[in-house]
Amino acid sequence: MLLSVQGLQKRFGGLVAAKDVSFDLAAGELLAIIGPNGAGKSTTFNMVGGQLRPDTGRVMLAGEDVTGLPPRLVWRKGVGRTFQIAQTFVSMSVVENVQMALISFHERTRDLTADATSLYRTEALAILDGVGLTEMADRSVSELAYGDVKRVELAVALASEPKLLLMDEPTAGMAPRERAQLMELTASIARARKIGVLFTEHDMDAVFGHADRIVVLVRGEIIARGTPEEVRADQRVKQVYLGETGVQAALKARRAAQA
Amino acid sequence: MTDQKFTRRSVVGGMAAAGTLLAAGPGSAQGAPVKVGEINSYSKMAAFAVPYRNGMQLAMEEINKAGGLAGLGGRPLEIIFRDDNSTPGDAVRVAEELLTRENVTFIAGAFLSNVGLALGDFANQKKVLYLGTEPLTDALTMGSGNKYTFRVRANTYMQTKMLVDAAKAKQVKRWAIVAPNYEYGQSAAANFKKLMAAAVPGFEVVTEQFPALGRVDAGATVGAIAQAKPDAIFNVLFGADLTAFVREGNTRGLFEGRQVVSLLTGEPEYILPLGDETPEGWITTGYPPEQITTPAHKAFFDAYKAKFNDTPRLGSLLGYVVGYMIRDLFNKAKSTDTEALVTALEGLTSDSIAGPVVMRAIDHQSTLGAWVGETTLKGKLPTMKNWRYADGKDYLHPEAEVRAVRKG
Amino acid sequence: MDPAFIVVQALSGLANASSLFIISSGLTIVFGVTRIVNFAHGSLYMLGAYLGITIVPRLLDIDRTPTMFFAGVLLAALAVGLIGVLMEVLLLRRIYKVPELFQLLATFGVVLIVQDLVQKIWGPVDIAGPRAPSLRHGIQIMGQRFPAYEMFLLFVGPAVLVLLTLLMQKTRFGVLIRAATQDREMVGALGVNQAMLFTGTLFLGAFLAGLGGALQIPRVPANGHMDLSIITEAFVVTVIGGMGSVPGAFVASLIIGLLQAFGILIFPKITLVLVFLLMAVVLVVKPWGLMGRPEATANRAVLPEGILSLKPFGTGERLVAALVVVALLAVPLMGDAYKTKVGIEILAFALAAFSLNFLVGAGGIVSFGHAAYFGIGAYAAGLLVVGPLKLPMEGALVAAPLAGGLAAALFGYFVVRLSGIYLAMLTLAFAQITYAVFFQWAEVTGGDNGVVGVWPSAWASSRSVYFYVVALLAVAAIVFLRRIIYAPFGYTLRAARDSANRADAIGIDVRTHRWLSFIVAGAAAGLAGGLYAFSKGSIDPTLISIGMSVDFLMMILSGGLQTVMGPLVGAGFFHAIKDFFMPLTDFWRFFLGLSIIVIVLAFPRGLVGAVDAGREALAHRRAG
Repeated sequence: MLLSVQGLQKRFGGLVAAKDVSFDLAAGELLAIIGPNGAGKSTTFNMVGGQLRPDTGRVMLAGEDVTGLPPRLVWRKGVGRTFQIAQTFVSMSVVENVQMALISFHERTRDLTADATSLYRTEALAILDGVGLTEMADRSVSELAYGDVKRVELAVALASEPKLLLMDEPTAGMAPRERAQLMELTASIARARKIGVLFTEHDMDAVFGHADRIVVLVRGEIIARGTPEEVRADQRVKQVYLGETGVQAALKARRAAQA
Repeated sequence: MTDQKFTRRSVVGGMAAAGTLLAAGPGSAQGAPVKVGEINSYSKMAAFAVPYRNGMQLAMEEINKAGGLAGLGGRPLEIIFRDDNSTPGDAVRVAEELLTRENVTFIAGAFLSNVGLALGDFANQKKVLYLGTEPLTDALTMGSGNKYTFRVRANTYMQTKMLVDAAKAKQVKRWAIVAPNYEYGQSAAANFKKLMAAAVPGFEVVTEQFPALGRVDAGATVGAIAQAKPDAIFNVLFGADLTAFVREGNTRGLFEGRQVVSLLTGEPEYILPLGDETPEGWITTGYPPEQITTPAHKAFFDAYKAKFNDTPRLGSLLGYVVGYMIRDLFNKAKSTDTEALVTALEGLTSDSIAGPVVMRAIDHQSTLGAWVGETTLKGKLPTMKNWRYADGKDYLHPEAEVRAVRKG
Repeated sequence: MDPAFIVVQALSGLANASSLFIISSGLTIVFGVTRIVNFAHGSLYMLGAYLGITIVPRLLDIDRTPTMFFAGVLLAALAVGLIGVLMEVLLLRRIYKVPELFQLLATFGVVLIVQDLVQKIWGPVDIAGPRAPSLRHGIQIMGQRFPAYEMFLLFVGPAVLVLLTLLMQKTRFGVLIRAATQDREMVGALGVNQAMLFTGTLFLGAFLAGLGGALQIPRVPANGHMDLSIITEAFVVTVIGGMGSVPGAFVASLIIGLLQAFGILIFPKITLVLVFLLMAVVLVVKPWGLMGRPEATANRAVLPEGILSLKPFGTGERLVAALVVVALLAVPLMGDAYKTKVGIEILAFALAAFSLNFLVGAGGIVSFGHAAYFGIGAYAAGLLVVGPLKLPMEGALVAAPLAGGLAAALFGYFVVRLSGIYLAMLTLAFAQITYAVFFQWAEVTGGDNGVVGVWPSAWASSRSVYFYVVALLAVAAIVFLRRIIYAPFGYTLRAARDSANRADAIGIDVRTHRWLSFIVAGAAAGLAGGLYAFSKGSIDPTLISIGMSVDFLMMILSGGLQTVMGPLVGAGFFHAIKDFFMPLTDFWRFFLGLSIIVIVLAFPRGLVGAVDAGREALAHRRAG
């Protein structure tokens, strides 16, 4: 198993943000965590990514215990991530953002003499090509449309040849058409390179259209898990989260994806 | 270049004007002016530096009207004033500018001790004369003294010794010391302790307070002193700190039944702002200009008042004395060459309005004294009473001490 | 200890705390709403005192009653409030959008202008104010006398706290102030008339500063040094309390007041350093002060205030750089001794400014205390040459960057844990602590007198030779730092500035990297300090003072934060205007302040930034 999360628990004061959260994720698989606001999605996510340390429980990556490691060390183990609000190096060009990731990947961040503008440029351009940003390589990130910024983030996350991608609401703030494009791109890359993808999402099209499996969190607890069909059919999920309209939307999304 | 200088000066106008332009008149000095560069804290310490400059300008005018520098064929004296931004770094740069651009014969001035020390060392390095006027630190003529550096005003040691002489007769033993937390305050406190210990058997210091300069927490400081129950207080605070301290001490009764001995408080610069809060009977060094009736001083007092519509401060007296000292220096040296000036200045006697002033050769400290007396209010005017002029020659550092610490 | 004494000493401390709170509450409110660190708050306090000693005696001439006294105090405070409105309308309103550092610089310009205006209007001599009628006496407390006026002051602070709390809770204006303090963008979104809110806030803040100043007149004479002596303390209070928090300011004032009152009993010489030590400790333990909140990170990508795109030198720039270097080398041959001297100074300052912009421009690490490393370098060099070791200049110049780097390693370890204004304040605290140490440790450092005799070795003693020594080392250091900015190290530093989260998520050890950068910058500043010391022949604490740190900031800001080479132009420019105005008039600070404000308003991107912008506009027109 690529990622194995076992019994994660996190309290903030009196509030239980995550309670006995466990799930597995295989290489090349897309796993979505869904749930209402405040359900503990981001908490769980940040415990996997290293931004938060769990009170109890373990996070195993390819058989190795990475619980409580800081993000930069989790990354070293092969985990790339994107943020709910895209985090990029806004003073740099698109290609420089990816070069930066490559510089870090090759452990040359403390190099005092090399010319950073040309370092790993070819490799970076190849990665940009993979996400369809070749033409924008030399534009400043600050000038891009938000959808493109998200793709830059994806390219940055891919630069370290990760085994696992963590994507926190990858399509938040994007136009519907862009959302679909980004999710398709992610899914195709993940499957082609056998990268596991763990993502949270509010957008039902993205979830039911692309996830292989879904975990439903409510008040810090997993109330359902399974394939999109299973989750859609789950009565409790319908009750506490999706509601009738949500189920309809989920159904539509699934059909559209299969068509 | 000449044009530019002229423009600059006309812009400066009355504020930092070159004396010759003001003093030029028929029958006065003639020939190319002899320039002296004067560096002081005119912007940040204007309360002290501006009266000083006024005194100097007055002297310069009088000298030039009376025929200029006789020893140099009647050439007029020109003093060029420059601000030092109260920092040694700027002062040294300005000194360089005056030497290079204005071709001054030597450098004078400085109010702050660190500026004075930096200029003294600069003078030593560049082999130019530096006549320190206002800095008080002993180091200028002692440990850091050098061949090219001289000082006019009575230093911290001398002024403290004058006070100790006046205070020791009372044989008070339990003392509190309050001094601003920097070199001047610390060395005044140290001098006081050393001199008192020698003069009063059983002398002890029951508390020492060192508030930050300009930021005295007067209530807490007065409380801390009162708590130590001293019989007398040695004060080194001045300026805004002093006013706050006096007010707080008056209200809390700190000074009742206690002798206070206070450095510099009798100088008009510091005593006038105290207004009707001026304490009665503090033993202090200072300068009571309106009470000094020698003809020479009276003439100075009237001329100053007529010109600037103000009574002279200690700075004014000092500037005036220095002005004439410079005249006497040139007249004795009969040259503008640095080595000749240094030789002439060693042992130079100048008959100042305060009395004869000699520049002692072994440490380059002048014997200009100070007035020692008690603080009082005369009507609404804060001033001194029971004063006498303490001639600096009686208070100089002992020659053996000088020889022990001076390198050159 | 005598219990009566403890009570009275505590009351003294609390009376001071009360005054300090009145002033600091205004500063913290203004910061909360406008996010401007108002250096001129101390000037407003000073104006309160001067207006107080002008207005109050006139009223007392009419009728010698406490009513008249306090009417005068309130009038003075209201007048200062109006001056605050004037300042908002004429200046601050135009600079809300410019980078924070520029705002700070503009308010510093106001400080300089007010200093000279006050001197012009009221003269340089301290003016003691009248005492409050009926409050002149001392009250007997447990057998000790305590001033009645201070007893009164004791209650004013809490009264102001209550009134401010009521204002914040019960009035629409107060609710808006609170809302703006918590989320500035929200207020804009609510459609509130921002201009009115800001003007009102400035009135309130200035009123409180003026009130604080006017209330001091029975205790402290109005004098021209009041502004800067209070502003550092007011900063400390607002930072310890948490910026924007009025109750925080209250608690911090109490702590400082009591600590001062009792601290001097145990360590009489601690007065200089006490408040900064406290601030440093609080910030290390609580990075947002006692009652402050973390600054909300912007929810959108905001361009950082610093170096953006890095364009390598084109042919034109290369040519200019080469010409500048050639012109530089010709200075001792063509110019007089003074030009050479100024050249040395500018080179040393340029290196210091460049190293500061390495932190600020590339790293987003805004240091208010860069003079500490400059000064430590200077002292290290000076003390090694003059002290018992009698090292030659060559050795001292090796030691200077080492010392600067070591100090930066020590302080930076704590500094890089913070961000934003709190980080800046911690650098300031460390610089002030360094200043106090060098100021007071007279046996070693010579105290405020400093140390003299710091001259170059014999072979370099000629002005021209030393010029080439400085030129060689400074240019080499600048080229090296510039190289780093273009190297992966510099890119990583910028990455950490642009998005610490993103940097962390691609494996960058953000904290360590910023720490290393801090050390590099400290070392470069140390070298600059060493070079400067040998050009002056002496070292003294002014090299470490706040004034010196502000000068360095002025240099990088007037040159342009966003540009790599801007600080060099800024160093030259800043030196030139000071050099121009200083010999011209005693009131040169007025003109310096005015120049600063003009620069902020006319060239918000600095001089080099303006040239760049002009070139871009030209290129656009050609392309279009």
